[in-house]
Amino acid sequence: MLRIRNGKVYDPINGIDGELKDIWIEDGKIVAAPESETERMGAETIDATGLVVMPGGVDIHSHVAGAKVNSGRKFRPEDHRDHFRTRTGLMRSGAGYTTPTAPVTGYLYAEMGYTTVMEAASAPLTARHTHEELEDIPILDKAAFITMGNNHFIMDAISRGEREKVRDYVAWLLGATKGYAIKIVNPGGVENWKWGRNVGEIDDEVIDFQVTPRQIVSTLSWVNDELELPHVPHIHTINLGKAGNARTTVDSIEMLEGRRAHFCHLQFLSYGGEPEGLPLSGAADVARAVNENPNVTADVGQVVFGPATTMTSDGPLEYYLRQLTGNKWLNDDVEGETGGGVVPIDYKKKHVFNAVQWLTGTELFMLIDDPWRVFLTTDHPNAGPFFRYPHVIKLLMDRDYRTEVFAGIHKKVRGSALLPELDREYSMYEIAIITRAGTARALGLEQKGHLGPGADADVTIYEDLADRETMFAHPAYVLKDGEVVVRNGKLVKERPGRTLYVAPEYDQRIEVELREHFESTYTISFDNYPVVPEYLPRGEVVPCR
Amino acid sequence: MSEVVENAVCTFCGCLCDDISVEIENNQIVRAKRVCANGRGVFQHYDPAPRSPTVHGQEVGWDEAVAEAAQILNESDSPLIYGLSSMASEAQRKSVKLADRLGAMIDTTSSVCHGPTGLAMQTVGEATCTLGEVRNRADLIVFWGCNPAVSHIRHVTRYSVTPRGRLTPKGRRDRTVVVVDVRATKSTRLADQFLQVAPGADFEVLTTLRALVAGKEDEITVDSVGGIPVTELRELAERMKTCRFGVAFMGMGLTQTRGRDLTVSELFTLVSELNDYTRFSVIPMRGHGNVAGADQVMTWQSGYPFAVSFSRGYPVYGPGEFTAVDVLARGEADAALILASDPVAHFPAAAARALQRIPTIVLDPMPSLTTAGAAVFLPTACYGIDATGTAYRMDGVPIRLRSVVSSVRPTDEEILDQLIEKVM
Repeated sequence: MLRIRNGKVYDPINGIDGELKDIWIEDGKIVAAPESETERMGAETIDATGLVVMPGGVDIHSHVAGAKVNSGRKFRPEDHRDHFRTRTGLMRSGAGYTTPTAPVTGYLYAEMGYTTVMEAASAPLTARHTHEELEDIPILDKAAFITMGNNHFIMDAISRGEREKVRDYVAWLLGATKGYAIKIVNPGGVENWKWGRNVGEIDDEVIDFQVTPRQIVSTLSWVNDELELPHVPHIHTINLGKAGNARTTVDSIEMLEGRRAHFCHLQFLSYGGEPEGLPLSGAADVARAVNENPNVTADVGQVVFGPATTMTSDGPLEYYLRQLTGNKWLNDDVEGETGGGVVPIDYKKKHVFNAVQWLTGTELFMLIDDPWRVFLTTDHPNAGPFFRYPHVIKLLMDRDYRTEVFAGIHKKVRGSALLPELDREYSMYEIAIITRAGTARALGLEQKGHLGPGADADVTIYEDLADRETMFAHPAYVLKDGEVVVRNGKLVKERPGRTLYVAPEYDQRIEVELREHFESTYTISFDNYPVVPEYLPRGEVVPCR
Repeated sequence: MSEVVENAVCTFCGCLCDDISVEIENNQIVRAKRVCANGRGVFQHYDPAPRSPTVHGQEVGWDEAVAEAAQILNESDSPLIYGLSSMASEAQRKSVKLADRLGAMIDTTSSVCHGPTGLAMQTVGEATCTLGEVRNRADLIVFWGCNPAVSHIRHVTRYSVTPRGRLTPKGRRDRTVVVVDVRATKSTRLADQFLQVAPGADFEVLTTLRALVAGKEDEITVDSVGGIPVTELRELAERMKTCRFGVAFMGMGLTQTRGRDLTVSELFTLVSELNDYTRFSVIPMRGHGNVAGADQVMTWQSGYPFAVSFSRGYPVYGPGEFTAVDVLARGEADAALILASDPVAHFPAAAARALQRIPTIVLDPMPSLTTAGAAVFLPTACYGIDATGTAYRMDGVPIRLRSVVSSVRPTDEEILDQLIEKVM
């Protein structure tokens, strides 16, 4: 038994706001305080007097493993050369700043006090690859979202009005890919990109399929409720990165008509201004829509100034970024399912667009009222690397610091900004919500994000430093499943983590039609498509609700 | 009693055809259906019977052989690990881990085939797609410096030339096929247009195509480039700009001739630029069954696809410096672990000779020139025959390999695990 004694505990799911409290751990789980005095006295103890205790961080949206991430790594040797980690004892070496190698990704998350991460987009066809890499990320518990917003089988079934078939297919696909959630990326737009086009409105038609983004999203959100999946549809809607896209983002939120959904990296989708013109922050309009629609959660995708690597299944967006920046470009269209691309970028304070992006994210954090519905991400590595989260936390908690950074951004952008009026400062309790409690709840991970009995003993202990960036960057202790893995900000123990997935039930008769679908369009046998259990030696099914 | 294993995967080349039907009797393969002439050898000449490892040619037990291998690696100041492309990615993951643990140099067969393709991708990017997009959409296929009819035989029927798909219901009749090569080959017979380029002139031809695509026709003041009349190049440029979905497949005719990565960069740039007019992709014709997986695994564990040294305690990338041929020719390796490849047969003489002067440990299901001179030969199971695992197709699609006969030999992964335990 392990006792974390006398820490200042922030455990929002259990309503604990900075109380001095002991946390008890046994067999990798949080347990109630033992009744017997001898047991209490015999427990190993971490003295957390004067320290802050929280559940381990839970990242709801990051790109850490799989085909697109690894292509980004491969084509950016310049990203790795000066950023390496030396082998120590039995721990692996590695390299990469915006795209660290798999083992180092696990180390860096753990050293920041995060113990769970979601890979936000895997093509079904390459899910095997995603799982191979996830298995090489130590310490963390992980899961993968499966892209479905441009899937031929789904779009054909929708156009024929067969939503039950979509339901069975989605359940089969999640099981076959050992995925965790339905991911929708630029619904219909990625398919249209295979014709050199895109969609611009939620009622635009997908070429050759007679369906619209609206139909794709509403069908998949219906399916999600039918299957009672632990997470909700995870949506990257249309027009990402475009001036004036706040309008179609609000349309996308409203078209759900009350069904639950998560909108990811909302910053990239909240710009005002005229299409093709200079973007402005459209945070106010989008935040209002989020505030008015309690069925919706969001993560921000805050831009952090410095190098980044954009990578997304949104193929046409990456082509657009190539045109915009002139940087090298990767594109990968995936048969009948999805697509993707990668373009390196460097966010600069004095670049008008980049300054707008920074401002938009910051304003979203200020303007979305309910911390249970807005989460901290940088859409790693799209808006900046995940290990800059502590910097973002400081921006949110410290208005003076925010003002100082604001003063350094492009003058033109400062003029019209709402930010100077917004004096909100996030409390420690709210930070615990937007980095672990809220994300765990939105993901339907009932054993994560809190410190009540039965929770996984993933615990982070911080020194209570005035400089919140330093505080959150270097935890005093991180425990994973009750074992100390980080001490004084440094990894002290490597251990494997789990991969979480769902296994919803479905009508198996669909497999007859699927077999035909594979023969007529795929280049891999239906029988060789599913990810077999060997890929998840520490796989764990998360039950549907 | 005979039994049949369906949907087995052939690991001969980067096509990884996964529809092979294999008939087994008494744990021996008697027949493999749907395999091409190249793949037949993969299945029909393999004997899964146990085989003794050897130390300096003498048969020994597995424990002794692994102990000897570990000792060689432990005594080495500058070990080289080379090969990787004919083993499952599960074993490749252990290979890179071992290199990290040893502080070794590690390189894959990519460095002598599509290494320049990797450098081009790192320089200018790459617009690509999976082979199913080719099957279902592509109406223009360009084979440049490759000969699939000989090297990737079923590529043309499964993926690129004849298959029917969603937008290609008539198969071959829905596609235009162009072959660019230095000579007529078996593949040029597939072509609607064959352009014979003078040896070493691919770069000039590609640059001219870029100019034509960009509408800079006026700046071309010659009648022919690289032996090809400009009129024919104009026809090709027009086909490329006006197709619905074009795909260029490129091979070692581009990577291993003058210009190498610069030539490949020019092709990749042309393909990227064509996306300003239509959709266009490029797919390298990867050779060995899992050479694409070797790139992937090296990248997710070290950050770089090949030519890596861990000697400083962290990965350093150095094509030309840490590529196996260069390391050996300069005499910089004092021991080598060769993984499922035959460098003594394939390397330039200076590198092959250097390999014979240092102690080598070889993991390979089959004897070869390299195993003949090995200090330690570890005859492991063959991936896709008597070992399962994962291999990555030329387009990056990972395929689960089936084990068609039961395994009595240890797998590469098991032996590498033992080595990782034993090295300091």
